[in-house]
Amino acid sequence: MIEISNVSLWYASYKALDDISVSIAKGQTMVICGPSGSGKSTLLRCINGLEKFQQGSIFVDGVGVQDRATDIYALRSHIGMVFQHFELYPHKTILENVILAPIKVRGISRKDAKHQGRNLLDRVGVLDQADKFPAELSGGQQQRVSIARALAMEPAVMLFDEPTSALDPEMIKEVLDVMTDLAREGMTMVVVTHEMGFARRVADDILFMDQGCIVERKTAEDFFLHPSNERTRRFLERVMDYDINGRGR
Amino acid sequence: MDLNVITENMAYLAGGLALTFQIAGLAIACGLCWGILLGMGRLSKNRLLYYPASAYVQFFRGIPLILVIFWIYFLLPLITGDSLGEFLAVVVSFTLYEASYFAEIIRSGIQSVPTGQVNAGLATGMRPRQLAFYIILPQALRNMVPSLVNHAVVIFQDTSLAYVIGLREFLRRVNLVDAREARSVELYLFAGLVYFVICSLGTLASHKLEHRSQTCRSNL
Repeated sequence: MIEISNVSLWYASYKALDDISVSIAKGQTMVICGPSGSGKSTLLRCINGLEKFQQGSIFVDGVGVQDRATDIYALRSHIGMVFQHFELYPHKTILENVILAPIKVRGISRKDAKHQGRNLLDRVGVLDQADKFPAELSGGQQQRVSIARALAMEPAVMLFDEPTSALDPEMIKEVLDVMTDLAREGMTMVVVTHEMGFARRVADDILFMDQGCIVERKTAEDFFLHPSNERTRRFLERVMDYDINGRGR
Repeated sequence: MDLNVITENMAYLAGGLALTFQIAGLAIACGLCWGILLGMGRLSKNRLLYYPASAYVQFFRGIPLILVIFWIYFLLPLITGDSLGEFLAVVVSFTLYEASYFAEIIRSGIQSVPTGQVNAGLATGMRPRQLAFYIILPQALRNMVPSLVNHAVVIFQDTSLAYVIGLREFLRRVNLVDAREARSVELYLFAGLVYFVICSLGTLASHKLEHRSQTCRSNL
């Protein structure tokens, strides 16, 4: 589904991504974690072309993200993205936020879009907020709306860029629950997050990045029980004061 | 105080006020159109657009309006060999000058829309034009409107400068009536009242719009 091959990216002389190669299979949930500045969000943004890399290639569903022949706008419409700060459109109601792109980009009728939009809002548990403006909702509700907005395009892949790190602790769960359901339903997901509990429960694979490189890629089980790399071990200890011997908290 | 001087000359003064409104209206409309283009130039990544637009804005913001009026009225005919006439000269001067201010209002309004909003729109597959019309401009406009209205009020006040080349707009006519009737106190107080009422209405509208745009985007 997603093939990332030898991708390198520089900001001026600073190398933010260093020869990254990963493949993500259809239906898989991949969690990317690592210290801040490790390049995980940058990598995510390369997948839908919001960031340009100078070397390597990324294919989504067989389409080269930076190929000259690729219509990147059309490709993006199949790739949903959820942002750390939600980025709902403040001048539009919740329902309008969800139906805008389906109407304008996919070209479906307003009536169908509304019907689908309401279903999606219901699915993420905020249907009763449909006519309010984003500023009137809590952070957790806004983030669930932004998931619905992305799903309204019926994407083949969903990208999550630290979806819970701007949320108050009591709202994190409601967002993770929606994401968990989504993963269970077979959505292909790439999730940049520090939520190690979520990673352990939901992720198929975990990618650990540091300083623009992939340090290791393991199945969730393996990653937590047998982190082979010293950097991974130290990271895990820091983010979850996790007992490496598996006794847990 | 003898208010008869005002009532007796009301038609003449009202004619001047109509001309003032005409100048202000044209200056605002044309200035805004030219300002939108300049503002887009200021935001362009194309150097051939960015640098000329920036130089233009910098230049006109660095000189007094009255000088521009003199240039267009007195100097332009030396080059073209033909005078524009007072009215057109004033409208052209205002348009050239005020566009530089409008351009900056428009530039900062568009830049006030966070890049996160742009990314959100792009991520759903929107093309640049859709992004501009549905995401950026509606939000930018909301941020700009109070400043635009404010500046329109300033332009209205500045129209009085047209008197320097003898255009008989409102203030010039007040001045002429005074020359004939010698009732400075009544006339100039009245003129002040007229400007004050009209500009206050504009400012009030601007506050209303500001308030409205804030309630829509509260706690952003």
